[in-house]
Amino acid sequence: MIKLIDIQETYDNGTKALKGVSMRIDDGEFVFLVGPSGSGKSTIVKLITGEIAPTTGRLMVNGYNMNTIHPRQIPGMRRTLGVIFQDFRLIEKKSVMENLSFVMRVVGASPREIAKRIPYILNLVGLEGKEHALPSELSGGEQQRVAIARALVNNPCVIIADEPTGNLDPQRSLEIMMLLERINRLGTTVLVVTHEKELVNRFSKRVVAIENGRVISDEMGGYYSDETI
Amino acid sequence: MRQYNTGYQFKEGFHSIFAHGLMSFAAVCMIVACLIIMGSFSLVAVNLDNTLGDLEAQNEFTAYIDDSLSETEIQKLQSQIEAIPNVSTVTFVSREQALQDYIQRYSDSENSDLFQSLPQEVLRNRFQIHVVSIEDISSTVQSVEQVNGIAKVRAELEIAQGFVAVRNVASAVAFILVMLLLVISLFIIANTIKLTTFHRREEIAIMKMCGATNWFIRWPFIFEGMLLGFAGAVIAFFIQWGIYSLILNAVANYGGLQLLDIIPFRNLAGRLGVTFGGAGLLIGGGGSLLAIRKFLQV
Repeated sequence: MIKLIDIQETYDNGTKALKGVSMRIDDGEFVFLVGPSGSGKSTIVKLITGEIAPTTGRLMVNGYNMNTIHPRQIPGMRRTLGVIFQDFRLIEKKSVMENLSFVMRVVGASPREIAKRIPYILNLVGLEGKEHALPSELSGGEQQRVAIARALVNNPCVIIADEPTGNLDPQRSLEIMMLLERINRLGTTVLVVTHEKELVNRFSKRVVAIENGRVISDEMGGYYSDETI
Repeated sequence: MRQYNTGYQFKEGFHSIFAHGLMSFAAVCMIVACLIIMGSFSLVAVNLDNTLGDLEAQNEFTAYIDDSLSETEIQKLQSQIEAIPNVSTVTFVSREQALQDYIQRYSDSENSDLFQSLPQEVLRNRFQIHVVSIEDISSTVQSVEQVNGIAKVRAELEIAQGFVAVRNVASAVAFILVMLLLVISLFIIANTIKLTTFHRREEIAIMKMCGATNWFIRWPFIFEGMLLGFAGAVIAFFIQWGIYSLILNAVANYGGLQLLDIIPFRNLAGRLGVTFGGAGLLIGGGGSLLAIRKFLQV
């Protein structure tokens, strides 16, 4: 569960990125976080992943109090999350298998566990047979699937996808979103940060709209329309 | 489950050396250069210390015996002096022997005939006394002076103290220089490895985002640095060996430097190898630790 209570975030240069954001994402939910560029979406992601600390307000992420979390606890907290980025962020010199296995190494998984888990995950994201390919040998959609597989491989409670379809064509974007919906149906909480309204409107999910650092709408089964933003 | 990680991290560190071949080559070259400079200073210091030690070992002073003492009393006196702390050996030199020594020593000088006609009565029986530690020679001289039957003591205390001062200064300067070079090497290596690390900052950021602890990320870099450091140490050892042998030959062939007592390389190889190996591991591992510090703040 993720809970933000009256979060304000002011950067060192004085920019007020968030001006009192409150929201709660329960276990098993699928949530779209939408808003224009500079609205504060990425700041929320950075707060949840522990890259920055809230200036004021309270933030809880999967049982961790982010206001009082010790730096040593951050790796443990991050293992409860799976993060997907717009630019995939795969390690270019490592194969698909190695990109996934090092994430399992991080949590101390044995070679046997790794050998068992990775084929299952690759099958889940539709990349069976691509274990030994390098990221540069894959299409954009396939690379994003590897990124999703990497986010999933340690079985996290929450998947955070930050503009996961930003570098993909509409058809691949739809496939990725359907994959995330499937993962959500398997029980994982999914938070998708996007500004692609057509895509959001195709799924009847909870949509939290943010603008100028404030939540301006939060509707279950809502949609992302020009009137909302 | 952590036991699986050590092998993995070592393997990652090892692979990384070849994956960033040019940088690894640059780092090894820097380590070799730093170790040779440090090694050369250390070897000069060790040899200087050895030469001074030899000169120290030759240091002695003379105690003149009262003319009234009989042969038996002189023998007792010798035993008495031998019992004084810091006295290494006591050699009795009769006045006849002393005169012979004078004649021999000055046989090449213009006034050699002066000594030929010198009556032996002008000289006294004496003891040539060697000391264990030159640093304590003053107190030893005082103790010998107080022994009944010793008429006079002649000791070149300034020379003895000069040796001690030179040795202490040389040791201190060598220690400071080697430490200074070690720190400089550490920073040079840290900066070289930082260039490697800079290319991998994205990889580190990804690892951090996946929940890797700082130590999980550090270890492959430390192993990589240690391996590079060790490789540099091995190369530096053989180059140092070559340089040392050349210098040794040059000194042996040049008469003017006969005073220098150069230690054969085989006598130093063990210590030098261990020191280079240790320094290489320390510089490589420590340099990696310093280099990666900045990139872990994600």
